[in-house]
Amino acid sequence: MTASLGPESLSAGPLTASEQEKIRADFPILCRTVRDGRPLVYLDSGATSQRPRQVLDAERAFLEQHNAAVHRGAHQLAEEATDAYESARARIAAFVGVQPGEVVFTKNATEGINLVAYALSNCSVGQELVARFALAAGDEIVVTEMEHHANLVPWQELCRRTGATLRWYQVTDDGRLDLDSLEVSERTRLVAFTHQSNVMGTVPPVAELVRRAREVGALTVLDACQSVPHTPVDFAALDVDFAVFSGHKMLGPSGVGVLYGRRELLEVIPPFLTGGSMIELVKMEGSTYAPPPQRFEAGVPMTSQAVGLGAAVDYLSAVGMDRIAAHERALTDRALAGLSEMEGLRIIGPPDTTDRGGAVSFVLHDVHAHDAGQVLDDLGIAVRVGHHCAWPLHRRFGIAATVRASFALYNTPAEVDALLAGVHEVRRFFWG
Amino acid sequence: MKLEQMYQEIILDHYRNPHRSGLREPFDAESYQVNPTCGDEVTLRVALDGDRVTDVSYDAVGCSISQAATSVLTDLVVGHTVAESRSTMDAFVEMVQSRGQVEPDEDVLADAVAFVGVSRYPSRVKCALLGWMAFKDALGRAATGSSANGSRRAEEQ
Repeated sequence: MTASLGPESLSAGPLTASEQEKIRADFPILCRTVRDGRPLVYLDSGATSQRPRQVLDAERAFLEQHNAAVHRGAHQLAEEATDAYESARARIAAFVGVQPGEVVFTKNATEGINLVAYALSNCSVGQELVARFALAAGDEIVVTEMEHHANLVPWQELCRRTGATLRWYQVTDDGRLDLDSLEVSERTRLVAFTHQSNVMGTVPPVAELVRRAREVGALTVLDACQSVPHTPVDFAALDVDFAVFSGHKMLGPSGVGVLYGRRELLEVIPPFLTGGSMIELVKMEGSTYAPPPQRFEAGVPMTSQAVGLGAAVDYLSAVGMDRIAAHERALTDRALAGLSEMEGLRIIGPPDTTDRGGAVSFVLHDVHAHDAGQVLDDLGIAVRVGHHCAWPLHRRFGIAATVRASFALYNTPAEVDALLAGVHEVRRFFWG
Repeated sequence: MKLEQMYQEIILDHYRNPHRSGLREPFDAESYQVNPTCGDEVTLRVALDGDRVTDVSYDAVGCSISQAATSVLTDLVVGHTVAESRSTMDAFVEMVQSRGQVEPDEDVLADAVAFVGVSRYPSRVKCALLGWMAFKDALGRAATGSSANGSRRAEEQ
């Protein structure tokens, strides 16, 4: 159940042509055609990635052989299902450098961020008041202008509920985080930021942001949706308090995401969703709760999806995250070089691959992103068009929508070239 | 190539040379509409004389489909009664939502029949309807005497 590539994978360079071929053969969907027989060129992995047979097989094998409700019942299937679920948790935890008890399964990354926001909300009201985390008027939550709505709206809502104020780091013209645009203070209680912009690929200076937050005693929340699938990530080394990522963006199933929480924090924050599975003792008068991570997993969890995500991290690990990062960097380099030569095309984000991942967004001065996307689609090239759930970032650049190509380990240099040729065709189609 | 079925020459003509674009006075009602999935927006004004549409003016940021559909809209409704305009609107909405199943009536829709190809691309239907939704909303406002919902627009400017 691995994608071991043999001796070639020992070097940490980009994937070789034969390795790429071998990987692509694991993804059935990449063989299909679209729009009148065009081979699919899938450049939308930033929205959702495709899944290899190994992940599909793991889900199917679980459902055909071991399916049962986990953490309940004493029959053999219940034991096997629980073992499969917890084994997936342990492998996923190791994949991001943390302990299994620090990994909470959620529906998706959005739910993970909401879990933290509502836990802090619950710290701020009623009998659950946890003074250390309570938020009130005068407190500040800090985000950045480049956040996905998922790492912005929950904090706006937390501010609304508690009276705290939202502040944000701004973005420079070349798509970097402007560290001079904001100073955290003793009033800053939490700093939430992306590990890699889903629009521009920008990787902000995590160590510096964490250092500043620590200095004033603020919690840190890292949105790692766009980093974990593409580069080696170690949350313990990054020293963040919380982090989230999504299964479906990293070759895994939809319906499963991960919240990492530093153990000592998960032990003291109150739950978000409550109900079955997450309890210790229930009486009519009131209840006590299980230790983490179970405290944050109310109800029967997604199980085959967690098992599938376990298989996805096995697959990624077998290829090697350093190899994947090198491969995607080469693709990004190629795309940036080709696009930056085109007249009337503006890349939104850093112009080179320094501290930058494989999301490349651009606008054409004379063709709207939707129309460009439609022509590319007609050529079989799947890209994302719109604001990519980062509307404030687009507003900051004075644009309504961009075209985004985003890469994954299964993309090839030939596909980047198809994109570049496609952009030329866009121009020809609309303006001759 | 299916692409030409959607981007018919009439649509591209309206996109390159939109009719009646720009915001004008006087007007009886204004509507601001936004497509949340792509961020495209339109501010559209309707001027009436009794039950007759005398002008439709607009300021729009959007793709060729939304721009052209708004341009065509003005051709179809200016000079017509509110009732005729609503009936044209219903025919247009029915056509673009039909997934290619409705044969449009050229007598009713004129240039707008070109948008039948859009109906085969479900993700673009909202683009074709953005201006029409603003028109519908503005007519409603004109009838109830509430002139605009444009506060968000004003903030952005």
